[in-house]
Amino acid sequence: MNTQAAVEIAHLRKAYGELVAVDDVSFSVAEGEIFGILGPNGAGKTTTVECVLGLRSPDAGSICVMGLDPGHDREDLHVIVGAQLQESALPGKLRVEEILDLYRSFYSDPADVGELIDALGLAGKRKAYYRSLSGGQRQRLSIALALIGRPKVAVLDEMTSGLDPQARRDTWDLIEAVRNRGVTILLVTHFMEEAERLCDRVALIDAGHVVALDSPAGLAARASGGTSVRFVPSAPFDDRLLSELPEVRTVTRSGPHVVVTGTGELVNAVILTLATAGVTARDVQLDTSSLEDAFVKLTGRHLHEEGIPA
Amino acid sequence: MNTHTLPRPKAQVQPPKTQLPKTPFSAVRLARTLLPETAPHAAFGQIVRNQVRLAWRLPAGLIFGTGLPVLLLIIFNQIPSFHQTQADLGGLTPFDVYVPILISMVIAIIALISLPGPLVTYRDQGILRRLATTPVPPSWVLAAQLVVAFCTTIASLLILVVASIVAFGVDVPKNPGALALAVVLSIAAMFAIGLCIAAVARSGIAARAIGAAAFYPMLFFSGMWFPRELMSGALQEISNFTPLGAAVEAIQDSWQGQFPPAEPLLVLAGYALVFTLIARRFFRWE
Repeated sequence: MNTQAAVEIAHLRKAYGELVAVDDVSFSVAEGEIFGILGPNGAGKTTTVECVLGLRSPDAGSICVMGLDPGHDREDLHVIVGAQLQESALPGKLRVEEILDLYRSFYSDPADVGELIDALGLAGKRKAYYRSLSGGQRQRLSIALALIGRPKVAVLDEMTSGLDPQARRDTWDLIEAVRNRGVTILLVTHFMEEAERLCDRVALIDAGHVVALDSPAGLAARASGGTSVRFVPSAPFDDRLLSELPEVRTVTRSGPHVVVTGTGELVNAVILTLATAGVTARDVQLDTSSLEDAFVKLTGRHLHEEGIPA
Repeated sequence: MNTHTLPRPKAQVQPPKTQLPKTPFSAVRLARTLLPETAPHAAFGQIVRNQVRLAWRLPAGLIFGTGLPVLLLIIFNQIPSFHQTQADLGGLTPFDVYVPILISMVIAIIALISLPGPLVTYRDQGILRRLATTPVPPSWVLAAQLVVAFCTTIASLLILVVASIVAFGVDVPKNPGALALAVVLSIAAMFAIGLCIAAVARSGIAARAIGAAAFYPMLFFSGMWFPRELMSGALQEISNFTPLGAAVEAIQDSWQGQFPPAEPLLVLAGYALVFTLIARRFFRWE
């Protein structure tokens, strides 16, 4: 992966009157990365990306997108950044292909309409009026419009909300395919599964602050203090055999079970060490904490709770 | 906020020092904003095309704006007295008097109803906001809407004028140059008012309501129900300073061969200027 930053945000702050939507947000997205912004409603996710898109001007802090300042270089920015926004409709009496052709005309080197329509499963809806589309179809059209200009950076705000599970997975595949062509993706989401599946790194945002920034697995591990392995040994062994391993933090026994907690490549270390002592681990159960656990631990609340009203 | 700890300035409030200096008008910057090099100019044609499609698919404005005046012409034509000259109409027939009124009505319907409604809806539904993330500025939609509305107006007026001359025996305009000037100024004044409605209305429904509320009183002063020639002195004086009253006066005069007096033209130009400035001041893109 290229190490040059595609999006660089430093100490971003944006308030609407007395309501501070974004207090102090900083992060840097590498080129070709899928970067997730995760947080409850009202955490400041949408305001952050609106500043990235040049739709709002920050009160303080700086933003740089592929070397451009969204405040000053809006025209150039919008050539290389594609956006999918929440709450943006299209004229109801235009057909899907007319809308795509219209948006295609906005860019000098656009993507192929047919290819996008197929990739987003809208082939049967080419001639349909926008107002006759289901919520999921509208959402997919909106994603298509974000990608039609062959952007270098795509900003997708809650792209899979309103999609059924199958359409959601198809969209994830599409986003991975787009990234594999070198596009940097800034993804706002409150779906844990989406962040875990797609994102290289995730910024957890709560009340206008970045509370954590790591890979999804890293965040999960950090929150729980690591992984725990539970097994039944085939033969007795001394606890110290495991507790002296650098990966291991605790070793406890409950009946026939042994529970080992720790970090890093814990499972491999435990099983290999036991094997060298002639012991086999049976009924191995791995308990990895999820990003959801991380979120609760780091912010003290659940993702779907309301934060500051948006 | 802990206002009690802040000493209130007793004297005149000083403007904050951080206030940005007013940027001087720059034609270059304006051109760069309206015609960014990054947006393919063919996109404007595409936007216009889609605005025409939308107007065609939601034809209420077209039917009302073009159809109704022609229908009124046909009805008036059935009234025998409408083709007799009348002394109190300055020697004109009622039919002669009504053609300029219908012209002003076409302009008003398109300006007050067809023009602002879609713009407000686009803003309300986030269509303009969505556009603001593309290389094409949302102002192009406004420009496209103006182009489409202007062309629709001209086409409707041509139908109306040609029909009234060819089918209903109205005399050919005696001063076509002055007539064109009067019509263009009337369109400018009414479109500016329409853009003002688009600027202040918060929803498409509100835009339609404001448009209708402005339309009927204006139409009254155009003489639709009571020709201006028959209005009392005071009423006529008021009419002279309403946009449609001034429009009818200027159109009537140039149709009858005189160059219209400066007053109605200045009134129209004034409306165009003032309401354009108000619209510019209050128009929001999201």
